[in-house]
Amino acid sequence: MSAIISVEQLEKTYSGGFQALKQVDLEIRAGEIFALLGPNGAGKTTLISIICGLVTPSAGRVMADGHDIVRDFRAARSKIGLVPQELATNAFEQVIATVRFSRGLFGKPPNEAHIEKVLRDLSLWDKRHTPTMELSGGMKRRLMIAKALSHEPRILFLDEPTAGVDVELRRDMWNMVRHLRESGVTIILTTHYIEEAEEMADRIGVINHGRIILVDDKASLMKTLGRKELRLTLQEPLQALPDALADTELELADEGYQLIYRFDVQDDHAHISDLLGRLGEAGIQYRDLQTRESSLEDIFVDLVHREQEVSA
Amino acid sequence: MNYYSIRAIYIFEMSRTFRTLLQSIATPVISTCLYFVVFGSAIGSQMMDIDGVSYGAFIVPGLVMLTLLMQSVTNASFGIYFPKFNGTIYEVMSAPISYIEIVIGYVGAAATKSVVLGLIILLTARLFVDYQIDHPIWMFSFLILTAITFSFLGFIIGIWADGFEKLQIVPMMVVTPLTFLGGTFYSIDMLPPFWQGVTLLNPVVYLVSGFRWAFYGTSDVHIAISLAMTLGFLAIFIALTWWIFKTGYKLKS
Repeated sequence: MSAIISVEQLEKTYSGGFQALKQVDLEIRAGEIFALLGPNGAGKTTLISIICGLVTPSAGRVMADGHDIVRDFRAARSKIGLVPQELATNAFEQVIATVRFSRGLFGKPPNEAHIEKVLRDLSLWDKRHTPTMELSGGMKRRLMIAKALSHEPRILFLDEPTAGVDVELRRDMWNMVRHLRESGVTIILTTHYIEEAEEMADRIGVINHGRIILVDDKASLMKTLGRKELRLTLQEPLQALPDALADTELELADEGYQLIYRFDVQDDHAHISDLLGRLGEAGIQYRDLQTRESSLEDIFVDLVHREQEVSA
Repeated sequence: MNYYSIRAIYIFEMSRTFRTLLQSIATPVISTCLYFVVFGSAIGSQMMDIDGVSYGAFIVPGLVMLTLLMQSVTNASFGIYFPKFNGTIYEVMSAPISYIEIVIGYVGAAATKSVVLGLIILLTARLFVDYQIDHPIWMFSFLILTAITFSFLGFIIGIWADGFEKLQIVPMMVVTPLTFLGGTFYSIDMLPPFWQGVTLLNPVVYLVSGFRWAFYGTSDVHIAISLAMTLGFLAIFIALTWWIFKTGYKLKS
């Protein structure tokens, strides 16, 4: 798949001396949902802000849909829609007026049919004549998305789109993002909610301390870095593992009432039946058995933690 | 030139005026009319003529200029400050629009509002004071030129300001005193020689004097000097605006 955004050796050092991005290389494929994960201050917003023209890069180059974002900023920016993290709306203007403004600002001729479609898709049509200050937080967030979509962008940046949004609305927003992707829009989202990335993203990039530490397909990331956990609840507590099981990687937990076994997702599962057989031979009775696959959150925490250990 | 972008900013800014007609138009018109009533109709009849012009008529150009300067600075500074304040400036900064187009949109809208207001005040003054306009084209051109020039100043203030207090400082603490002391209510010939010299350091003198010349054909300083000074201010403010965008001052990190 071709790259719709390519970032090459991008660096940003703020005037105070803080280096927010260090030699960032990244390619976003056309038509994908890309999730950029990272702890606070990792450089996510700086990266997005540079691509959208809000922050000047210190070095490096960014191409958006084949256009250099600095030299050919008009063509590049007209392809991009941005929904920033902070809720920012004009308090007194009507919803529809602010969406019309956004479309015009991005150089597009008036198109009432498109504006109606965007407002309807985001369930804001009934509120079109309402002053924006009377909207709820969730509606304001949707209005910002409507404004970003008003000029029919090919690339949409969502910076923490569901921060402070209730569960139901978050689900609606996920559905909306999927519909957008189906219509051919490439979506790049940053998020703190790993669940969100796990739910929606095709590919995931992890950024920490201004460096991209990993970019991979979500599925292969989960496969290669994911772990599984088998948890057995015992009928009688064990003081220690019997010698016959000393060569296994079993761990005792919950004051001897639980046995935990962790293994890679890719591992052949056959050895679990061996393990259970050996437990039976050792006379260990269990009354419950659970398995759990590690979440993207576990993978992410592990990655960032490892990176911090390396840099320390 | 990105026509739709400029149009979007211009219409958005103008719509704020129409939404707040009372504050944008009625308030400045009423407060200026009070001057015409008090100094023009009431006290004016007791004052002697200046340069052959009745006192009520003499103060008309200065008062129009006072409102024009105040409104240009206030409108333009508020127009760009408000998106900075509420955070919506991100949209303008990420749009496929050049700095020149941003300036045309904001400064153009602010100047338009000031010119419209200036003309309304001029028409309203006619109800209280009998005045003439010897050079209407000059008068109109000077009105537009001054509105644009001081809308640029307002734009610069709006970008510089990081609070509503700073937004008010320049119009209230600088523009108003300079206008009152810039020959709005008197001819500078009436001052002692020393204060005449000091007054010539006040830039507003050249604006009021030039504007008054368009009405009555008489002025404190030559019309060519007034015009040159106004164009000079415009050049300074354009250069400052250019510097702001070139460096991203308070707009881009």
